Order: sequence, then structure tokens, then C-alpha cells
Amino acid sequence: MIRVINATKSFNGNKVLDNVSSDFEEGKTNLVIGRSGSGKTVLLKSIVGLLELDSGEIWYDNARFDTLDFRGRKLIRKGIGMLFQGSALFDSMTVEENVMFKLNMFTGMSHSEKRKRVDFCLDRVNIRNANKMLPSELSGGMRKRVAIARAIALNPRYLFCDEPNSGLDPKTAILIDNLIKDITEDYKMTTIVNTHDMNSVMEIGEKVVFIARGVKYWEGTNSEILKSDCKPLNDFIFASKLARQLKN
Amino acid sequence: MKLLASIGRYFILLGKIFKKPEKHSVYYRQTIKELIYLGVNSIGIVIIISVFMGAVITLQTAYNTENPIYPRYLIGLGCRDSIILEFSSTVVALILAGKVGSHIASEIGTMRVTEQIDALEIMGVNTASYLILPKIIATVIFHPLLTLMSITVGIFGGWLAGITTGVISSGDFIYGIQYAFIPYYITYSLIKTVVFAFIISSVAGYQGFFVSGGSLEVGRASTRSVVYSCILILLFNLILTQLLLS
Repeated sequence: MIRVINATKSFNGNKVLDNVSSDFEEGKTNLVIGRSGSGKTVLLKSIVGLLELDSGEIWYDNARFDTLDFRGRKLIRKGIGMLFQGSALFDSMTVEENVMFKLNMFTGMSHSEKRKRVDFCLDRVNIRNANKMLPSELSGGMRKRVAIARAIALNPRYLFCDEPNSGLDPKTAILIDNLIKDITEDYKMTTIVNTHDMNSVMEIGEKVVFIARGVKYWEGTNSEILKSDCKPLNDFIFASKLARQLKN
Repeated sequence: MKLLASIGRYFILLGKIFKKPEKHSVYYRQTIKELIYLGVNSIGIVIIISVFMGAVITLQTAYNTENPIYPRYLIGLGCRDSIILEFSSTVVALILAGKVGSHIASEIGTMRVTEQIDALEIMGVNTASYLILPKIIATVIFHPLLTLMSITVGIFGGWLAGITTGVISSGDFIYGIQYAFIPYYITYSLIKTVVFAFIISSVAGYQGFFVSGGSLEVGRASTRSVVYSCILILLFNLILTQLLLS
């Protein structure tokens, strides 16, 4: 489980996170939703330690992460997989080398063992015959799937996804969402997904946290979200004409 | 204040770069790659520039020493010393600051803006060391070889220009390049090259590593790395010359 307690972060005097607290449960797909600029990415980057909080606490199970030094964080980070908005694949490496990177860096596996593991991970995300391709030769959806394969190469305990289906067509977006959900259940991971896509919320949102202007306004499940009386949440969900018509 | 903060940040980065590598085999493979990208791929430009500069030095020396008081072999001597003392170490370093420095800054800068460095960091990798140390090692190893190559090719270019234009005979030129030769000049040149190689790769690595923004900032960082490297090379050229030749 990941626990965030009173997370606060400002940039040049502007509060981007304001006392945000939440528990992200193990084996579940936890979604953080909100408009662009609401503070979702800052929260995610603070949880993984790419940004330092002004105040507040980040806990990974029983370890307080935000006060750890580089070595302490390194131990926890070995169990983290992350899918970035732009995939962040290493563009000078092939698909195989990308997925193998963590195995090369942190394990003493033989080359054949590593190749086996790479094939397994790529197969898990339905990527075949692309081992020798460069990221620039892949489509957006394939790149996301390779990034997921890279994230799960070392059996992570925690998976973070920042806008996993941005820039994808609706069908591919659903495929990626389902893949994240399946992997979370298979590996019993704690998964946190940042999104503003309501399809994702309805498809995989076992726990949903809504943030607006850096403040947490609501949390619950995807089955409760449509019945909520939280005004900022309703403004967000029913922003489109189609959503309003469906509601009515 | 901003300059002091930058210098401080540069030395803190150096501290991170020279921490114990996570896995030596990965760093070794990375260093071999960089030797090819940053070293072997620079051979062509160094050879072309050295041949022409050697030729020009010979012709200029010849046209400025036409007085019969000066023996003709001085043209060979002038060409040799100019190339060893200044051209093959300093001028080649300035050219490599443009080629290699901009390559390093833009590569690392692009990795920064496309979140590849964040991805490495989340994996628990010491990103500064993994990305910059192999580049520093590769340039510090390979640039002295480029300097030796430049000296050889530059003197050859001078000889070729001298005999094809008829300003000096082959015998005089070869006598000149052997006359009053001080082997320490080669050592001096190689010491300078090692320092310049370190400046080029570490300054470019620093500029790329701290890029924030988009492609425009990557371009700016690349330009800054070339400008700052050139200034530091000229400054250290002065300091090292005073220290090593006085």
C-alpha cells in the first residue's frame, strides 16, 4: 500500500498540492483524476521522488519514502515500474534492450535468462517480432505497451502510470487500460494511474481520487462517482455535451 | 551569484558522476559505445583539418621567411612546433568542443526533456554517473590519440604542401622537423589534451543534464556548452602553458 499524508507542494509561491492525503491500496487500480494542471502529475512525481514535497509524508508499506536518502530510495525504486505520458523509452536502444535494461543493471541473470524474461514481458503486452526495432519505428500504442513491458521486467510491487492513454485512439486506450488492470491483478501490485479520461475511470477505476487546483475534493469507487454530489467533480465529469445528455 | 551557483552545481554533479558505478559491465559496454560515437567518429574531421592546417602553416612560414638569412629547414621546424604546441592540442580541442560537446549536450538534454532521465532515476540508477561518466572516460582516453594522429597528419600535410608548391625540398623539411626536437613538447600537448577532453565532456554533460523545457532549450544548452567549453579551454591553455613550460 502507498499512503500519502498532507502532501503540499508549491512552485514560485503557487500551491500546486494543498494537503492531499490518500491511501492507494494493494492489488487495486487506483486512479487520480482531474483537469489538466490540477496537480495530478506533481502528486505522482512526488510519490516516486522526482519532486520533493514542501511538507507531508509518503509511505510505501511501512517505509517512509520522503525522508530516505538515495540508497534507501534505491531499494524501494527497484520495486517500482513507471509508465510515462510520452513512454520515455530509451531511443538509442532497441525494444529488447529497453526491456532488458533493468535486468542488466540490477540482476546477475545470464543472457539467455534475460532474453527469456524479455520475451515473456513482451508477450504479456502482446508485442511480437519487434525485439530488434527502435522506439522511433513503433506506433504510439506499441510504445506504451513496450513501456509497460519495461516497467514489469523486474516484477515490480508498485506501478505508476501518467496519462497512459493520452494520444491514443479510444480502442487502443481501452486495450492499454485493461492491460494495466490485468497486470495489477496478476502481480498484486499497487497501481496508481493519472488520467483525465472518463472511459478509463469507468473501465478500471477501482478507487478514484479527484483533485482540482491541488486540493483533493472526492474519493470513492467508479460505481459511486456518477452519484456524487461534489460540484467540482460533477463539473469535471459532465463537462462535455454528450456526458450531460447521458446524465439527463 | 548565478555564476557561483552554477559552479557549485557543476561540482556537485561531478561528485555524483564519480560515485561507484552500479554495475561495471554495463558501464564498460557504455564506454565502448561512447569511444565509437565520440572518438572514432571524430577521426575524419581531425584528419581533414590537420592536413589543411599543416599545409597552411608551412606555406605561411615559407612566405614570411623568404630572407636568405633564415635556413629553409626552419619552415619544417616552425610547422612541427606550431602543430605540436598549439594546433593539435588547443585548436583541435576547440573544434571537438563544437562537434563532441554539442553532441553530448543535445543527447543528454533530449533525454531530459523526453523524461528518459526521469525513467532512469525511478529505476534507481545514478543517472549522472551512468550518462556522463562513460562520455568523460571515452573522451579522456580517445582525445590524446586524436592529438597524436593530428600531429602526424598535420606534419604530413605541411610536407606535402611544401614539396608540391616547391617552397621547400623534402630533405630540408625532414631535417627541420628533426632539428632541436624536444620530446617534452609531446607530453605537454597530451597533458593539455586530457584536461581539454575533461572540460568538453563534463561541461557539455552538465549543460545537457540540467536542461528544462523543450527542444528550444536543448538547442540553447548545446550552444552554451560549446561557448563555455571554448572559454574554459582558452583559459586552461594559458594556465597550463604557464605551469608546464615556464
